[in-house]
Amino acid sequence: MTKLDVSRLDFYYGSFRALTGVTVGIEERNITSLIGPSGCGKSTFLRCLNRMNDTIKGTRVEGKILLDGEDIYSISSDVVSLRCRVGMVFQRPNPFPQSVFDNVAFGPRVLGQTRGSDLAGRVEESLRGADLWDEVKDRLKQDALSLSLGQQQRLCIARVIAVQPEVILMDEPCSALDPIATLRVEDLMRALREHYTIIIVTHNMQQAARVSDYAGFFWLNDKRSGILAEYGTTRQIFTQPRDKRTEDYITGRFG
Amino acid sequence: MHNSRWSEFAVESLIRVLGFSTVGLVALIFVFLLREGLPVLSEVALPNFLGRAWYPTFGSFGILPLVLGSVLVTVTAIAIALPLGLATAVFVREVAPGWAREILKPMIEVLAGIPSVVLGFFGMTMVAPWVRQTLGTATGLTAITGSLILTYMALPTLISVAEDALDAVPKSYRDAGLAMGATQWQTIWRVIVPAARSGIVTAAMLAMGRAIGETMAVMMVTGNAARMPTEWDALLRPVRTMTATVAAEMGEVAKGSTHYHALFAIGIVLFVITFAINMTAARAIFAKRRRGGLR
Ligand SMILES: Nc1ncnc2c1ncn2[C@@H]1O[C@H](COP(=O)(O)OP(=O)(O)O)[C@@H](O)[C@H]1O
Ligand SMILES: [Mg+2]
Repeated sequence: MTKLDVSRLDFYYGSFRALTGVTVGIEERNITSLIGPSGCGKSTFLRCLNRMNDTIKGTRVEGKILLDGEDIYSISSDVVSLRCRVGMVFQRPNPFPQSVFDNVAFGPRVLGQTRGSDLAGRVEESLRGADLWDEVKDRLKQDALSLSLGQQQRLCIARVIAVQPEVILMDEPCSALDPIATLRVEDLMRALREHYTIIIVTHNMQQAARVSDYAGFFWLNDKRSGILAEYGTTRQIFTQPRDKRTEDYITGRFG
Repeated sequence: MHNSRWSEFAVESLIRVLGFSTVGLVALIFVFLLREGLPVLSEVALPNFLGRAWYPTFGSFGILPLVLGSVLVTVTAIAIALPLGLATAVFVREVAPGWAREILKPMIEVLAGIPSVVLGFFGMTMVAPWVRQTLGTATGLTAITGSLILTYMALPTLISVAEDALDAVPKSYRDAGLAMGATQWQTIWRVIVPAARSGIVTAAMLAMGRAIGETMAVMMVTGNAARMPTEWDALLRPVRTMTATVAAEMGEVAKGSTHYHALFAIGIVLFVITFAINMTAARAIFAKRRRGGLR
């Protein structure tokens, strides 16, 4: 099943075209990794999928992105419900400077999804889902910033799954973490794969190879605009890349 | 090489001397206040000094009505100014388009520069009649009139410090809030404002420190009756603040008299209150810095 169907996506920051003609189908309940050198539009692409680019002035989208067949940029679709369905985890852990509980409860509260004892249940369930419950169950009232970075990132994942999204976008979620914390987040991703469609941007080739089912390779065209140079199963991309640039990149011949 | 090192040392010493002399100056003022004010304790019985009646002519030196007068006027002013100032800061920082911010910010700075006697004048001729007519008070010169003028004076400080606090909130919190499906307003009230809380408290404290020490405008509009402001409608009646008392009576007392000492004692009380308020504000700032540094 295709969860997200992107066709001929162009994206502009003002007059600068950051993405050109990206066409890809993202498979439901799989992990898709996006790789490629810095500055070729991976983050930009990710932020198109939950319309976070709308918050930047002067940006423009052309082409279509369908979520379960519905155009997310059509006039009738609303950003708030889109962002509930498509959650995002950022590069640096960014829990709110509030308690652990309030962080996870933020989404359900704001969206008016649950109250009272249901809310506590939802928080516990989400923290368990993010493999964090055992570590924080005795300090739900503590400031989230007192957790380690790895725990903070898993808290951010718990915060996202608390609103029960369908897709989770992760933009280099492990780049601020140490190797052990990174492995825990990877384990978590594999567990989440059962329920969620996950798209992850990563600079770490081993990580892409370890966790993802599908992989997309971004590159710059001759006008310095980002393109999706190659897309396929992770196995195919890493063992028989069709594109010479992909091969050079994954074997480390580029930065 | 040698030369530059020497000038470095000279500049550093100079700055250190200046820094210490500022502290020294504050201490000196306090010592002076103590010297002129403390004798009142040997001249007036403590219950009298802490009493409810201020009639220096009849030997009553109770400062309670004056302290309560100051507190009433100031706290009311901040209670009005805080929501207004916070809303303005949020608007300027988070909502207003760039060009509106460019106009608003300097205008707010200009507000801070209006001399307090001008504000007092404005209070007497515009606010006091308005208070009398709208709130139906016997006179327009009431505690609430003073509070409104102080609100006006407190707003610029409050707005600009609160705005800095909002500005210091990392963009990543904003992004996280929006990405969770929160609206812009939900993100502001549930994420950004709470994250800036300690800065906002600091803003309120600094504004309060400024308001409680304000003399001229308050003296012109509060009616200056040294009565206990303890009725439920005390806000709608005249009061007298500590500052207004000192300013009004200092010119008429004989140096070295009990009344003279009592006025200085009021100065001590005011100094201590202001010092405490500013220290609280400073501690909030330092605590924030330390936490920021760890992240
Ligand atoms: N907010 C922005 N405004 C203007 N240009 C931007 C903005 N964000 C990114 N860009 C540009 O878009 C291009 C792609 O950036 P990005 O999506 O961050 O790449 P990646 O995530 O692959 O490193 C870069 O040339 C970058 O400079
Ligand atoms: Mg990026």
